[in-house]
Amino acid sequence: MRTTYLLSEISLDSNIFGGKATALKGLHEAGLRLPATLCIATEAYKQFVSVSSMQEKIQLELHRKKFSDMRWEEIWDAALRIRNLFLRQTMPEKLAREIGRALEEHFSENPVVVRSSAPEEDAAATSFAGLHESFVNIRGSGPILEHVKLVWASLWSDRALLYRKELDLDFARSSMAVVVQELVSGDVSGITFSINPSDASEGVVEAVYGLNQGLVDGAVEPDRWVFHRKEETIKEHYKPRREKFMAPQGDEVILTDLPENKALQPPLSAKEAVAIYRKAKQIEKVFDKPQDVEWTRVGSDFFILQSRPVTARQDGDQDDKRGWYLSLQRSEDNLKKLRLKIEQVHFPAMKREAAALAETDLEILSDKELAGEIAQRLQVKKKWTAVYWEDFIPFAHGMRLFGRFYNDTVSPADPFEFVELLSNVPLLSIKRNKALRKIGAYVQQYPDLQQTIAAGGGSKITDVEFSGMMEEFISLYGDPFCGTYSDRTCNASRSELLNVVLQIASSTAAEAGRIDKVTDKADLEAAFFARFTTGEKRARAEGLLDLARASYRLRDDDNIILGRIEEQFFRALQEGRRRLQENHFAGAADLDDSEVIRSLVDRSYKPGSQKQKKTQSEQENQDMKARQLLGQPAGPGIGRGLARVIDSAGDLAHFKKGEVLVCDAVDPNMTFVVPLAAGVVERRGGMLIHGAIIAREYGIACVTGVPDAATLIHTGDEVTVDGYLGIVTVGQKDSAFL
Amino acid sequence: MTTRKHLEEEIEELLLSQKLAVLATQSSEGSAYASLIAFAATDDLRKIVFATPKATRKFANISHNPKVSLLIDDRSNNEKDFHDAQAVTVMGVVDRIDGDKSQNELASLYLTKHPYLADFLHSPSTAFIIISIRSYYLVSRFQEVMELHIRNANDISAL
Repeated sequence: MRTTYLLSEISLDSNIFGGKATALKGLHEAGLRLPATLCIATEAYKQFVSVSSMQEKIQLELHRKKFSDMRWEEIWDAALRIRNLFLRQTMPEKLAREIGRALEEHFSENPVVVRSSAPEEDAAATSFAGLHESFVNIRGSGPILEHVKLVWASLWSDRALLYRKELDLDFARSSMAVVVQELVSGDVSGITFSINPSDASEGVVEAVYGLNQGLVDGAVEPDRWVFHRKEETIKEHYKPRREKFMAPQGDEVILTDLPENKALQPPLSAKEAVAIYRKAKQIEKVFDKPQDVEWTRVGSDFFILQSRPVTARQDGDQDDKRGWYLSLQRSEDNLKKLRLKIEQVHFPAMKREAAALAETDLEILSDKELAGEIAQRLQVKKKWTAVYWEDFIPFAHGMRLFGRFYNDTVSPADPFEFVELLSNVPLLSIKRNKALRKIGAYVQQYPDLQQTIAAGGGSKITDVEFSGMMEEFISLYGDPFCGTYSDRTCNASRSELLNVVLQIASSTAAEAGRIDKVTDKADLEAAFFARFTTGEKRARAEGLLDLARASYRLRDDDNIILGRIEEQFFRALQEGRRRLQENHFAGAADLDDSEVIRSLVDRSYKPGSQKQKKTQSEQENQDMKARQLLGQPAGPGIGRGLARVIDSAGDLAHFKKGEVLVCDAVDPNMTFVVPLAAGVVERRGGMLIHGAIIAREYGIACVTGVPDAATLIHTGDEVTVDGYLGIVTVGQKDSAFL
Repeated sequence: MTTRKHLEEEIEELLLSQKLAVLATQSSEGSAYASLIAFAATDDLRKIVFATPKATRKFANISHNPKVSLLIDDRSNNEKDFHDAQAVTVMGVVDRIDGDKSQNELASLYLTKHPYLADFLHSPSTAFIIISIRSYYLVSRFQEVMELHIRNANDISAL
């Protein structure tokens, strides 16, 4: 079956050619000017995925767990693995020959744009610009074919998977067509909406200097003309600060400074804006639906690049966070700015704030003042938690940006090989663990000291050097147990930290050595950089790696620093609870912050009982047992030991070396037990989440994304963690067997 | 989250959808022996029944050692089985090797599922075998394994 066609040869069947190609066909027939275009039918995709069982490999990846149980991070991980499958699979020779020949014949060495043309795009009730990928300024049949594979892979991009319902994406049957167009290097480009999605009486023209890519991904702010839709006259012209434009350079598209004469002048004259708006109205008539038209201008000629129906983007109800998720995918430029903000503004401010709060002597405050202090600290905590979502989490995308870049460059067998390169800088939690190790080594020398700690006599310790080390530790890293027990003050919970020190003190040299381990990734890094021929490309790779390392490091550090703010809140809250308890408030230890505040201010107030009722599910599940649970292989290795299920942070204090840490999510404030663990199992899924990062640093087997890990596995169960395959096996001997 | 109810439903659905099971028995010398049987299961998942001529190896094996295992799955012998197919391994003990074939509820359950086997069942040379189930091991998504243990009031010794 033939796979490659000219626009004049294709039918309007979007199942064969996809939405974009059939829309171009419509424009072509209406006599509009288009760049030279080739269409690669869905047949080519089908041939490709049928070789080497690609289809089933994709299916296995998407069926590792119920799709509805997958978190965004896991969807991103799955999409990256699938993308790597496409990268590493060579195209069947016959298929490559057929497409390659057509490409050479029509484009020779001219640069092209390789665009997705998904059949579902056309049928969807909503417009989904940007869920699949397009590549600009690709030259020569070999590189074009490689990018065709990437466009195919984007059928399963994280974005497409998130909107799978709206896209009507069918795991078993969906396929992808591709459009290859000559790159028309316009001096001005833009997008026209024949109807304004947010006001039906209007239309919109947006225009930028250079190529459209800057406008599409938000790097360049456009001039914006709002039109009276009916009269086709300009209602308003919004002028941005014109600073940059996108231009092809070598085999890339680069953001470049705009020359001053252009910066002062709008990219279109009013007359041209009207002309291009009218063109969109003309196209609307062709398709009988309002259109969103992408165009470029060369001299005085307008080329239409693509057109699709305008539909309001529906992000669903308030619980639909997908829009927020999509906003996480930021450009390199944007992330660099974000890094400066985090490193130079947020972190210093957080440290200052935590230090300032630590100086207040809570015990001398009156009850009323204390209530005010708790309320204020709650606000501080809320403020920084908001920053955490707003800036810190998006910055984690730096790792992902580099991951894709690395895989595109290297196509490694392991799609997460890039993570190895991220860890050349010590994380705060690794430093903290080293500090604990130092204290542990000290305790190891003194059996007396060990006995005192083991007997719970933390307050009786007279060893000045030891006390000094502990104080230094707390002042540098905070007390990770503070605030984890509602019924104890931070000072009382100090004994838990001492228990951890004791566990470390009783470790063998090999176990302890793991904590000091520094991994050397120099060879991998050298091999990666050796792939770049020009200095410019290498510089870009270095920049991306640097950004990714910052992202990796800051995503750890931010949690620890936020933890210190939270600690200050808990200190105040605990002081409040302590006072209420002294005044014989039954159950004061369980009161939440608002109840504590109210009770402190109004001593006649009787808080309602907050006792939580135990759910019945435990009883119900007594005859059900998990034998083998599936998650993501987040840290290679095999570990076996008794499970320690962490329901609250306080459970960590009971953690013994050689146990398997099973939890909902490894809170970065708890990672100090990770080097003691035989393995780590997390409900929360992802390859780049904190627990996985730390486990990998220590070479500990880690499986993440096991949906019911903390309920199906019980403390004391014998557990085997297979971090190569992402499998957790519960029970060694099958005791339930007859 | 995964609950016992969900697990039971999934197993029940699989048992209902399949007519055949692989039965594993053990010979007096200790060799494993697998054979294909037509089975039926009770709604409460406590019993699985099948019929076999008494001259067969499986019958001899069961007479010697009543502990058996069954495999029931919905594979289609296509690549998609790897993400799509489910299989349940069943562990149990034969509690009667010649059940009442004429009136018994279990016999009618068997014939409702396999009406074409009426003559076979009623042959004097055929034994009607009733297995008390102890546990199910359901395998889905290629490698996920959940266990369901059946508490049988009459089989306290089994636990």
